[in-house]
Amino acid sequence: MPREIVDRVEMPKQSPEERRSNFREVALGLDPELAVREAKRCIQCKTKPCTKGCPVEVEIPDFIALMAQGKFREADAKIKEKNSLPAICGRVCPQESQCESLCTLGKKFTPVAVGALERFAADWTREHSPESGCEKAGSDGPAVCAAADGIERPSARVAVIGSGPAGLTCAAELALMGYRVDIYESLHETGGVLRYGIPEFRLPKAIVNQEVDYVRSLGVRIFTNVLVGMTLDLNEMLAKGEYQAAFIGTGAGLPYFLEIPGENLNGVYSANEFLTRVNLMKAYKFPEYDTPVKIGRRVAVVGAGNVAMDAARTSLRLGAEDVKIVYRRSRTEMPARLEEIENAEEEGVQMFLLTNPVRIISDGKGGVGAMECIKMELGEPDASGRRRPVPIPGSEFTMDVDTIIIAVGQGPNPLLARATEGLALNRRGNIEARDEYGATSIPGVWAGGDIVTGAATVISAMGAGKRAARGIDIWLRSQS
Amino acid sequence: MFRIMEKRLLAPAVHQLVVEAPLVARSARPGNFVIVRTNETGERIPLTIADYDPEKGSVMLVVQEVGKSTMDIGMMEAGDSFADVAGPLGQATPIKKVGTVVGVAGGIGVAPLLPQIKLHKEIGNHVITIVGARTRDLLILKDETEQASHEVIFATDDGSFGYHGFVTAALEELIKQGRQIDEVTAIGPVRMMQATCNLTRKHNIPTLVSLNAVMVDGTGMCGCCRVTVGGETKFSCVDGPDFDGHKVDFDELASRQAFFRDEENLARELAEQKRGGCRCHEK
Ligand SMILES: Cc1cc2nc3c(=O)[nH]c(=O)nc-3n(C[C@H](O)[C@H](O)[C@H](O)COP(=O)(O)OP(=O)(O)OC[C@H]3O[C@@H](n4cnc5c(N)ncnc54)[C@H](O)[C@@H]3O)c2cc1C
Ligand SMILES: Cc1cc2nc3c(=O)[nH]c(=O)nc-3n(C[C@H](O)[C@H](O)[C@H](O)COP(=O)(O)OP(=O)(O)OC[C@H]3O[C@@H](n4cnc5c(N)ncnc54)[C@H](O)[C@@H]3O)c2cc1C
Ligand code: SF4
Ligand code: SF4
Ligand code: FES
Repeated sequence: MPREIVDRVEMPKQSPEERRSNFREVALGLDPELAVREAKRCIQCKTKPCTKGCPVEVEIPDFIALMAQGKFREADAKIKEKNSLPAICGRVCPQESQCESLCTLGKKFTPVAVGALERFAADWTREHSPESGCEKAGSDGPAVCAAADGIERPSARVAVIGSGPAGLTCAAELALMGYRVDIYESLHETGGVLRYGIPEFRLPKAIVNQEVDYVRSLGVRIFTNVLVGMTLDLNEMLAKGEYQAAFIGTGAGLPYFLEIPGENLNGVYSANEFLTRVNLMKAYKFPEYDTPVKIGRRVAVVGAGNVAMDAARTSLRLGAEDVKIVYRRSRTEMPARLEEIENAEEEGVQMFLLTNPVRIISDGKGGVGAMECIKMELGEPDASGRRRPVPIPGSEFTMDVDTIIIAVGQGPNPLLARATEGLALNRRGNIEARDEYGATSIPGVWAGGDIVTGAATVISAMGAGKRAARGIDIWLRSQS
Repeated sequence: MFRIMEKRLLAPAVHQLVVEAPLVARSARPGNFVIVRTNETGERIPLTIADYDPEKGSVMLVVQEVGKSTMDIGMMEAGDSFADVAGPLGQATPIKKVGTVVGVAGGIGVAPLLPQIKLHKEIGNHVITIVGARTRDLLILKDETEQASHEVIFATDDGSFGYHGFVTAALEELIKQGRQIDEVTAIGPVRMMQATCNLTRKHNIPTLVSLNAVMVDGTGMCGCCRVTVGGETKFSCVDGPDFDGHKVDFDELASRQAFFRDEENLARELAEQKRGGCRCHEK
């Protein structure tokens, strides 16, 4: 009997009119019925092409088969064998270019909604069981979980620097193997970009909290307010024998600016500053929370990645009347996820493509009065393979804005490297990873995530954290 | 953690706190600062480490009440704890043997100046300190300053104590007397540091200033603290907070400091109302 191909389920969302004025999550998630229906679309391909698209190798057909039987808890457990943060990945992974892009069904129809299913399994399980992870663990005790894979290991301590997705994953993996793991985080809160960058309406902080609690429940201790390189010295931590190995997952936290005149005027923010004020410091709740943020009436966000979309959509929610994305290339080159671009446009964000800022004009009172831009056209492909934007002479025009948010990328924060003797960097200032596990130039120290690759994705950072955990395990076992 | 071990009023609305922060105390150097948050809804604000004691595991902070967050600190008592204290942050002040160093402090700027002049004296520089305040009651840490310096000039705007006039005028007199001055370090309000630099520029005296840009993370992640030095943008939290004062764009700094003034005023008024309200009930 030919199999009936039903349409992929659509995840319900808040309407654009409603959501553009609140910070609640936009995508509302599936219900059990929709989830089972979607799971049943999967044809359980023997060769599992989808799995190859996942940087942490989630057993996609296996967990979906469990979902199709309504076994959501088991499906969640299946995912967690490979991915310790499914509720987050289900929300923010660029599935359309990863797992879902390789789905057999996608060749003729629409791919299985792997991300939506992953999110549902994790959400459902969490809502139906407050307890998760290893029960014996305490917040200040050592890891007491038995190794998940039954392999005997030396008793060793590992320091993980940074509590973003790379650090959290590496810590969770090591804890599951039975190592004692301490995470050091420079901010007062955990999660890295998941906390300070990605907004509440895309990734509720309650979800981040629960995923971090899960990692804690494995016995991992987390110390916030510790800036390694300033508060503690990495080489000293290893030399004193406090730790036998370390993982660096410090991310790409250094905002780039355009380096055009007027950029230090009031009203020009880096996306990092703007989003940190709103997300980490909860400035959208000012004055209940003490940290302020100021948004004008007319906002230009420069850049077109996920960060830019988040800044633009956040601006709308803070009450800006008119929000523009200003991007020097064309729509096809926009690096943001398609879904986020569509969400932004539905909410009323306007796209000014093939447009580049040249200078920011003062209002005479230290603030932004306007932004002068120039029109661009696409020329020959550049090193990145994308067509290089070139300015069209004489096409300058003035854009009437009072707030500008710069979202043109982030580089590696130099603090740790500067203070850590012997840590080799590449030309761009990223930590040099010398093998597939992320070994650095310092014996016993691994690195992964954005600090190695430059700004990338949550799931690739997690993949790196996981590989490093394997590398650390192999090394520690060889040392004993 | 981050318990207030001691608290003392140095002058009206100026508090000295000794805070438990063992890891910070162990790594602190003169010129470093911490970022503190009083409680869960609090703002991250930078405060200079005015002294540190690795043995006791504590740092000393001197806080002047100027708005909501510093007023909140003013209300805290010994035994209370900060939600967060992160540090030490910033570059340690470059302190070298140069000969004679004049430390110039405006207001509570003397607190962050102290660890620097102490070290200057320790490594063999001759230290002259000029401390200015509006009036006698606002001159703080007098004994500590005298101990840490070879010579001290106290100055008050109203002449109620010591030299009658601004710190810059006192400095100018020193220069006019023909005293050899190899380096000046100025810490205080922006306009005071600017005036000092205008003076020392004329006399070619290298001058270090400590910039108090608005900060959020204090770790180089947000760029809020950017300042223009020698025509280049610097992040004062990681590249500073000390810079060559002759190259700093002080007007830009002053303007950027005022960006959130409306919000700050609102927050302060609400805080005052809340306190005032409580007092009304007491009557
Ligand atoms: C606004 C925004 C939106 C994004 N949207 C998406 C998306 O939709 N999908 C997606 O896949 N990716 C997205 N990304 C990218 C993704 O978030 C990052 O690639 C990912 O978070 C990198 O993880 P990481 O663990 O390497 O670093 P981070 O998440 O940056 O975490 C690093 C952590 O280390 C801490 N740290 C830094 N230095 C030190 C030190 N010296 N000592 C102690 N701690 C330190 C930092 O405070 C931070 O908490 C987005 C990024 C941003 C900024
Ligand atoms: C490196 C550095 C070291 C400092 N050391 C000390 C110190 O030792 N003792 C002391 O009393 N003060 C110090 N300050 C200033 C102190 O941080 C501000 O007074 C405090 O943040 C004001 O907060 P508020 O809520 O009380 O006042 P608000 O009403 O919020 O602000 C009053 C003024 O303080 C400044 N300010 C506000 N928020 C911040 C912020 N997040 N970061 C920096 N400045 C801000 C602005 O200029 C503002 O106009 C330092 C500042 C810097 C940058
Ligand atoms: S973790 Fe991301 S890439 Fe992997 S299966 Fe889940 S949604 Fe797809
Ligand atoms: S490729 Fe698509 S249909 Fe095939 S197993 Fe994976 S998710 Fe199912
Ligand atoms: S305070 Fe954020 S970069 Fe300096």
